[in-house]
Amino acid sequence: MKDAFGAPQSLLILGGTSEIGLATARRLVTRRTRTVFLAGRPSEGLEAAAESLRSIGAEVHTVAFDALDTGSHEVVLGKVFAEGDIDMVLLAFGVLGDQARDEQEPPAAVQVAQVNYTGAVSASLVCAAALQTQGHGSLVVLSSVAGERARRANFIYGSSKAGLDAFCQGLADAMHGSGVHVMTVRPGFVRTRMTAGLPAAPLATTPGEVAAAIELGLRRRSTTIWVPGALRVVMAGIRHLPRPLFRRLPV
Amino acid sequence: MPVPFAAGPAAEAVSVTGWGRTAPSSAQVLRPSSYEEAVAAVRECGGRGAIARGLGRAYGDAAQNAGGAVLDMTGLDRIHEIDAVNGLVVCDAGVSLHRLMQVLLPLGWFVPVSPGTRYVTVGGAIGADIHGKNHHLSGSFCRHVRAVELLTGDGETRLVTPEDEPDLFWATAGGMGLTGVVLAATVELMPVETSMMTVDTERAADLDDLMARLTADDHRYRYSVAWIDLLARGAKTGRAVLTRGDHAPLDALPDRLRADPLAFRPGRLPAAPRFLPDGLLGRRSVGLFNEFWYRKAPREQRGRLQRLSSFFHPLDGLPEWNRIYGRGGFVQYQFVVGHGEEEALRRIVRRIGSRRCPSFLAVLKRFGDADPGWLSFPVPGWTLALDIPATLPGLAAFLDELDDEVAAAGGRVYLAKDARLRPDVLARMYPRLDDFRALRSRYDPRGAITSDLARRLGV
Ligand SMILES: Cc1cc2nc3c(=O)[nH]c(=O)nc-3n(C[C@H](O)[C@H](O)[C@H](O)COP(=O)(O)OP(=O)(O)OC[C@H]3O[C@@H](n4cnc5c(N)ncnc54)[C@H](O)[C@@H]3O)c2cc1C
Ligand SMILES: NC(=O)c1ccc[n+]([C@@H]2O[C@H](COP(=O)([O-])OP(=O)(O)OC[C@H]3O[C@@H](n4cnc5c(N)ncnc54)[C@H](OP(=O)(O)O)[C@@H]3O)[C@@H](O)[C@H]2O)c1
Repeated sequence: MKDAFGAPQSLLILGGTSEIGLATARRLVTRRTRTVFLAGRPSEGLEAAAESLRSIGAEVHTVAFDALDTGSHEVVLGKVFAEGDIDMVLLAFGVLGDQARDEQEPPAAVQVAQVNYTGAVSASLVCAAALQTQGHGSLVVLSSVAGERARRANFIYGSSKAGLDAFCQGLADAMHGSGVHVMTVRPGFVRTRMTAGLPAAPLATTPGEVAAAIELGLRRRSTTIWVPGALRVVMAGIRHLPRPLFRRLPV
Repeated sequence: MPVPFAAGPAAEAVSVTGWGRTAPSSAQVLRPSSYEEAVAAVRECGGRGAIARGLGRAYGDAAQNAGGAVLDMTGLDRIHEIDAVNGLVVCDAGVSLHRLMQVLLPLGWFVPVSPGTRYVTVGGAIGADIHGKNHHLSGSFCRHVRAVELLTGDGETRLVTPEDEPDLFWATAGGMGLTGVVLAATVELMPVETSMMTVDTERAADLDDLMARLTADDHRYRYSVAWIDLLARGAKTGRAVLTRGDHAPLDALPDRLRADPLAFRPGRLPAAPRFLPDGLLGRRSVGLFNEFWYRKAPREQRGRLQRLSSFFHPLDGLPEWNRIYGRGGFVQYQFVVGHGEEEALRRIVRRIGSRRCPSFLAVLKRFGDADPGWLSFPVPGWTLALDIPATLPGLAAFLDELDDEVAAAGGRVYLAKDARLRPDVLARMYPRLDDFRALRSRYDPRGAITSDLARRLGV
């Protein structure tokens, strides 16, 4: 169960090797989290991630999970929920893709959309239903500011996050009053391997800061959070910039 | 027999919280209006079980049961029998202490233990084995309970008395509803001549002064409590206003009140508005309020006549005052440390002061002898209770540190107020926890009775 401050005792991360996901897990383990399920594509990285959380005292299980294999989500995730209550699910999987290549190779673009959008829709619905049955829990979904207004530089990724973001906003309302809390997280540029090699955008942040913002959002039971918080205002401005001007922005 | 509540998935789940309005979870709320309906609800509950709920005055998650059933006991509200000669009442568990006062005061009887609010049920009073300002003399509520009608998780109803089934009785006393659903109880009452109180008030300059005063002459009063200003620092640390008193005898009443000496007239203001801005209770406003409270109290005043409701339940005049803490809700931290652990108390009070928790008047009380309840909170010593907004940054870790201080001093926190304790600390605070677990599995092999608190703390 979560405590009065929204700190979960058990955590399921979808995208078990995600740097943001693991930073969040590390932070929550120092609070109340004792049990962690890391769901992801089986790899040495996944086992190493599990080991790193064990070393700080968590009981960690790894679960084979592929966002693209939506047909298996119900069974795979159902098994996790059958083990006991999950107080928080963090949906952390996602791919950035390669905009230039993906524009040339539609199947590659489709894959980005499938991981980030359809895969996330499927996993979110399965988890939301399970949380509803247990009558409590938070579903925290990593969206992105990239979904706020599609940019020339990464609109394939951006559009997939836009879809996911809209989906989560609706899901949050659908879950209102059900004891299930849905929180959409909109980070800006986070320095992780996903963005390695890319020039850092203004207001760039770290996985640790995203983790801290998530902990705060849980305590406040927020529905949408921005990381860093200043992005809320910045993006409100950017959203309404005239198109010719927006096109010329260096971001 | 018509069943006014739907069992099974058809009944809609609603979101439930405790008085602190933190950590909501959803459950099917069933409101049995007969023992048979309560029995059916427990026997037919699904895998996520059932828990009894009274008036929801426990601050945390004790009367919540995510995904399962919550039995709202206020539908069982009959007073079955009053023995006005010997001072005994037999009533359903859903009867509130407010109702008992209304009915019993005119007959010259009062509840044996009264908490800071009248809006608790007899079931809740037993479930938390509540204490009042008279703990130093009268112990906690269950000391005055002769028998309970208990519906255990196996679906059986048993008449449990401290003589015939001491284990089940004293596990139920303070057992936070986890041994089963109390359907009815027989409670011993206290005779009173009037509905007024005679009250002595004095100010204590600091914590040591306060403890000295409480130690010196608490025994001369039936009721005693101190409001302590935790925002005061330095030499003023722990300054407090002590109020102590007893039921006024008939001859203490002025003529105009003697005509109807037992009239019960609590005042009541309109409820707090539903939407209040967060952050209303900052350090500044709370600090000013506490300052005002301290200064307005007489330095020393003896024998003042006060209405019973203003003496016992000043907050009940403002219904739903818990909303002033805004959407984030609040937590109450209440702990006790034994006599001889005064240094731990001083340390904790100093820490709270230097942390500048925006806490309204906190309450300090000296407990008397403990009762045998396995998970009952009171032990002889010092108890301090304070309210804090849940969104205060760093609060979670700070309270964890206080837990460690409390546990190291052999003390404990009160489960009826708790919404955040660590499971591993619980066992250190409540040494009979294992016995309690064993007893639960004996009377409830299916695990039908459970709550959010039980899940969170692994009770
Ligand atoms: C303003 C305020 C002041 C307070 N002052 C004090 C005080 O001075 N001293 C003190 O001790 N407490 C105090 N409390 C706490 C309160 O007395 C307890 O939490 C009490 O248990 C609340 O009773 P309730 O009927 O609201 O029960 P709930 O809050 O609904 O439930 C509390 C617990 O009792 C169990 N329970 C309820 N009914 C039954 C039943 N029929 N059978 C079995 N279990 C049941 C529940 O499962 C739960 O574990 C105060 C609370 C408030 C809000
Ligand atoms: N970094 C940023 O700047 C930034 C900004 C805003 C939002 N976000 C979002 O935050 C989330 C986490 O990002 P991150 O920075 O932590 O990136 P990351 O470390 O690269 O993590 C991405 C995760 O997605 C998993 N994944 C990819 N495809 C998958 C599939 N088909 N099935 C299951 N898992 C799959 C990866 O698992 P494998 O190990 O198996 O590849 C990895 O665990 C992503 O949704 C991302 O879009 C990131």
